[in-house]
Amino acid sequence: MPLLKDGRVGDDPWRHPDDAESLPDDAPATVSLARWRTERDALARRAGRIGLRLPNDVSPLELAEDVGRFGLITLAFPRFTDGRAYSQARLLRARLGFRGELRATGNVLRDQLLFMRRCGIDAFEVGERALAENWPAALGEFDVFYQPGEDGRPWIARQRAAG
Amino acid sequence: MYRYDEFDRRFLEERVAQYRDQVRRRLAGQLSEDEFRPLRLMNGLYLQLHAYMLRIAIPYGSLSPAKLRVLARIARRYDRGYGHFTTRQNIQFNWIKLEETPDILAELAAVEMHSIQTSGNCIRNTTADPFAGAADDEIEDPRPWCEIIRQWSTLHPEFSFLPRKFKIAVSAAATDRAAVRLHDIGLYLRRNAAGEVGFEVLVGGGLGRTPMIAKTLRDFLPKHRLLAYLEAILRVYNEFGRRDNLYKSRIKILVQALGIDKMRDAVEREFGAMGESALPLPPATVAAIAAHFAPPTLAAPGADDETELARALAQAPALARWVRYNVAPHRAAGHAIVTVSLKPPGRPPGDASAAQMELLADLAERYSQGEIRATYEQNLVLPHVRRRDLPALWRHLGEAGLATANAGLASDIISCPGLDYCSLANARSIPVAERLSRHLAARDQEIGELHIKISGCINACGHHHVGHIGILGVDKNGEEFYQITIGGSADENAALGAIVGPAVPSAAVTGAVDTLIGVYLDLRREGERFPDTYRRIGAAPFKEALYAAA
Repeated sequence: MPLLKDGRVGDDPWRHPDDAESLPDDAPATVSLARWRTERDALARRAGRIGLRLPNDVSPLELAEDVGRFGLITLAFPRFTDGRAYSQARLLRARLGFRGELRATGNVLRDQLLFMRRCGIDAFEVGERALAENWPAALGEFDVFYQPGEDGRPWIARQRAAG
Repeated sequence: MYRYDEFDRRFLEERVAQYRDQVRRRLAGQLSEDEFRPLRLMNGLYLQLHAYMLRIAIPYGSLSPAKLRVLARIARRYDRGYGHFTTRQNIQFNWIKLEETPDILAELAAVEMHSIQTSGNCIRNTTADPFAGAADDEIEDPRPWCEIIRQWSTLHPEFSFLPRKFKIAVSAAATDRAAVRLHDIGLYLRRNAAGEVGFEVLVGGGLGRTPMIAKTLRDFLPKHRLLAYLEAILRVYNEFGRRDNLYKSRIKILVQALGIDKMRDAVEREFGAMGESALPLPPATVAAIAAHFAPPTLAAPGADDETELARALAQAPALARWVRYNVAPHRAAGHAIVTVSLKPPGRPPGDASAAQMELLADLAERYSQGEIRATYEQNLVLPHVRRRDLPALWRHLGEAGLATANAGLASDIISCPGLDYCSLANARSIPVAERLSRHLAARDQEIGELHIKISGCINACGHHHVGHIGILGVDKNGEEFYQITIGGSADENAALGAIVGPAVPSAAVTGAVDTLIGVYLDLRREGERFPDTYRRIGAAPFKEALYAAA
């Protein structure tokens, strides 16, 4: 699946093996939450970087001890109308200080990208149409925001205070 | 009234440009209808039975003459010459063309209006007491807080795909004119024992299929923590609200499932974890917003104002009647709050023509400090009228069919658009309301205060659950029937009505309402309103009268 990150659409350097498959030796790979929970210590010792596929019905606060170990956490949008992962993203960034890649997977659509970005998601699994339809432009459609965000861009309270 | 600054204006320009591009992509076939639906809904554009309907936000019901004139212009240029004021202080246009919607939004943006979040599973337009800033019974003006909520909730990145829609209402008055207890979050400004003003926060109210009265989540929230607390509630709801069943997705169902105490624990835990510095509202920020709502400078009443008015009232009984029902006390001496009824007998409740809107804009400039409010009861309000000017204002209103003296009376009926427009409806509402108001208008004074509310389906946009008499349209094998409830109330003593018996056919509704009113008139005691009598005597006398003949 193509990946939109840093304003470009490219290939995904991560592997996403099923629980039954063995992990590649040193390539970055994600695991399910169940696998992380049963193989945590072994996975933590692994040479390659490790990522987590977080389901959208688990609070990230349960992973408070672990988030520093992940280079990538993928968030699930099974349907674009299911917005639970927006809150997960904000908690991961603002509450737990997660600094790795936060990736939206599933039903990711152009017009949700900016909401996701503001919540701290910085990579997006997108379809082939993303390039043809210039999806990266969606991230620049606004430069005024009424809420503080997790993407480092200013919000209106700061702009007003400065202006 | 709040005026946009450069940031608000730039934001809205960006929003219009974004939407224009979305419509372009839809018309070019790049977006499927499934993909476009949530985008247009985030801009208040519904596909109804006959055409697109555009719902425009009137933040906390507050309008200026310039805004009202643009609404009139939209009615003329893009619709069929009229608009429909809704039960959420918004306005709807029912005959809109998709390809014209970006231009409509651009016209709205020029007067600092939009249709953002008038639909969709997001935080909807915040509603408020339409008498705010004028009422003689309020602690402080709630509108600055509504504006603070409006800004915070606008395109909120975390809360734009909630389990279901989310509605917030604010009141600061002893009398609840905003149906606060029927909202997902209700906010009452209260004064605590120490004399400080803060919020009582209620949660889990709502109508629809499973009506519920909101419960108190917090007795007293310091004002500067408002946004953090709202965010804590929304985050708990976003995480735990049900998403498997459309009809069980509102926060009221979550509150019911958890119980208010566990809900409170969850919210307070999140609120505590956010820390004191989350979403700060420093005094300077609040003061800057509040400055937009500074009270108008009202002239002191003249020495002969009241004698002049009394003379006019004595000469014109129709004026006296209008003043009695449509004029409420103002906090400033010599002034009054005027309700402009959009409920002439036999007409669709809440409709206003372009010409009426333009006249009201003129009259607001001349008589009401340039302010107009929309009410959830589908009327308009001129909040700052000098009492001496009431006769002249009444004459001008009367010439445009806007002086119906029925505010709060039986013919002042709330009604949803129903099956004449709405794709969700099971039955028509407007013709039922028209027949009832035509029939009841002559008896308005005899009956006194009475709230009749009609919904064309279980979604309850017409608030039937909280009508003194509620009427719900149902479909019985392709025929329109109406289920009647009694004893509901939407005020500070909010109550849900009880179903009085089997639904009646359309032709029998007026007679049934007449019968219920007859029981009330026979058995009421001095000063009792319909729900008071109902609470005292119970449903039995009403049921007997209604179904004895059958």
